[in-house]
Amino acid sequence: MLPLIGVIVVVIGFVLRINPLLVVTVAGLATGIASGLDFLEVVAAFGKAFITSRYVGIVWLVLPVIGLLEHAGLRERARTVISGFRAATTSKVLLAYFAVRQVTSALGLTSLGGHAQMVRPLIAPMAEAASENRYGDVPIAIRYRIRAHSAAADNIALFFGEDIFIAIGSILLIRGFLDQNGIHVEPAQLALWAIPTAICAFAIHCTRLLLLERSLRAELKADESVNP
Amino acid sequence: MITLEHVYWLTGLMAAGVSIVNFRDKSNPRRLNNTAFWGIYATTFLAGSHLPDLASGFLVIGMVLVASVRGLGQGKQKTAREDEAANARRWGNKLFLPALTIPVLTVLGTFWLKRIELDGAPIVDVKQVTVISLALATIVALAFGMLLLRPPLLAPIREARRLLDAIGWAAVLPQMLAALGALFAVAGVGTAVSGIATRWLPLGTPAAAVTTYAIGMAVFTMIMGNAFAAFPVMTAGIGLPLVVERFGGDPTIMSAIGMLSGFCGTLMTPMAANFNIVPTALLELPDENAVIKVQIPTALLLLGANILLMNFFVFRG
Repeated sequence: MLPLIGVIVVVIGFVLRINPLLVVTVAGLATGIASGLDFLEVVAAFGKAFITSRYVGIVWLVLPVIGLLEHAGLRERARTVISGFRAATTSKVLLAYFAVRQVTSALGLTSLGGHAQMVRPLIAPMAEAASENRYGDVPIAIRYRIRAHSAAADNIALFFGEDIFIAIGSILLIRGFLDQNGIHVEPAQLALWAIPTAICAFAIHCTRLLLLERSLRAELKADESVNP
Repeated sequence: MITLEHVYWLTGLMAAGVSIVNFRDKSNPRRLNNTAFWGIYATTFLAGSHLPDLASGFLVIGMVLVASVRGLGQGKQKTAREDEAANARRWGNKLFLPALTIPVLTVLGTFWLKRIELDGAPIVDVKQVTVISLALATIVALAFGMLLLRPPLLAPIREARRLLDAIGWAAVLPQMLAALGALFAVAGVGTAVSGIATRWLPLGTPAAAVTTYAIGMAVFTMIMGNAFAAFPVMTAGIGLPLVVERFGGDPTIMSAIGMLSGFCGTLMTPMAANFNIVPTALLELPDENAVIKVQIPTALLLLGANILLMNFFVFRG
């Protein structure tokens, strides 16, 4: 039971909304101490783990160029392009992005998306602009909801697309682990069995996006009648 | 040969630049906190490979204290929406080109860079080709953007500062969580959880075992923030001994759908910060759980679909 103290710290910390960096640090130190290391050893272990996880931070390299383009009006331009399509709606924009993202991920092209490169500068502004064109003013709370949906579409399409590609990390991990346990499986078979879930993910999330449009229409139209 | 280390230097230089811009910005009431935070972050990237582990550990703790005790601030920005609108009219659709350069070149790089050799050795570290391609693609895109827009020379680093300060401490959270996951693994958190699972959960019938396995993958992924950490633990604890050996289930189908059940958990946890928390910062959402809340219905329905698929297919042989 003792190793679980870190998990408990994390749960309590997130529930109490304490700064997550602090929560994670305390959880790490507590976990190390509970497993029998002394304080300095834990600090060293945490430092080492942080240094070996640096690859996670590389994504921020896109910020200088994205920031530069945003300053030059990239997000505005994305809005303008969408307003050229009279039939565009928030849900159609997100459905199209979801489909492209899922299919390209299934082909191994997982770097064709991402929150810093695509969602913030392009997809979220387009999704917002589609509702503006259609319904006029969009209150900030609804803008937040549309943006959250833009990020969610990227995540869900990625997760349930990439596993169809045979050389992706998760398939290699499954194969390696089963090999160690004396069971040999083919990557192509693993990828094949990711397809039913991928289809379900597409059906479920696209239905939700269509329902999103309904609720946007109801809320934004209702708004108009209150405040003509 | 270009390796991950070079990409770390580049990231470190950017963070150092952000730190310096913050230091010189008198409009930010907490500028020294920001300077220290990004300065330490830069140090871990520039010198991390040579620092003793203990020194890195104290640097990280220092960075966390700076961010959490008095907090980070933001300078006054003058990037008004009207500014962006006027610029947008000026540049038109050309603006999309540098933005789209990044994904396109990253994809091309992952295919072609590993095949290019110089004096018989590959020019990039083949195992890290995706990350290196991303880094090279951003450099090309930045050069393209600079040539196109001709902004002041320091504009990119000021823009990086604007965005990184808007993201704030959340920028470092994914890396901290990855480090925590490593500590969890060393401390045996996985074995402890699967011990509890096998002792207390219903596993007496094939359907119960496979259902517990799928839900266990999702829940354990939520705890660890990563399905890759959950998979070996749940599969060794429940999947192989019960579903496969006792009840004769198909290991391929079980593993494939089991991993995807874990991904359902990833959609529901703040521990997967790079997917769930970072976008709320990037999109300037006040509720840091906003993305998770939108994802939960899909995640739960899909987990249900996975459980049905497993019950239907795993034992059909």
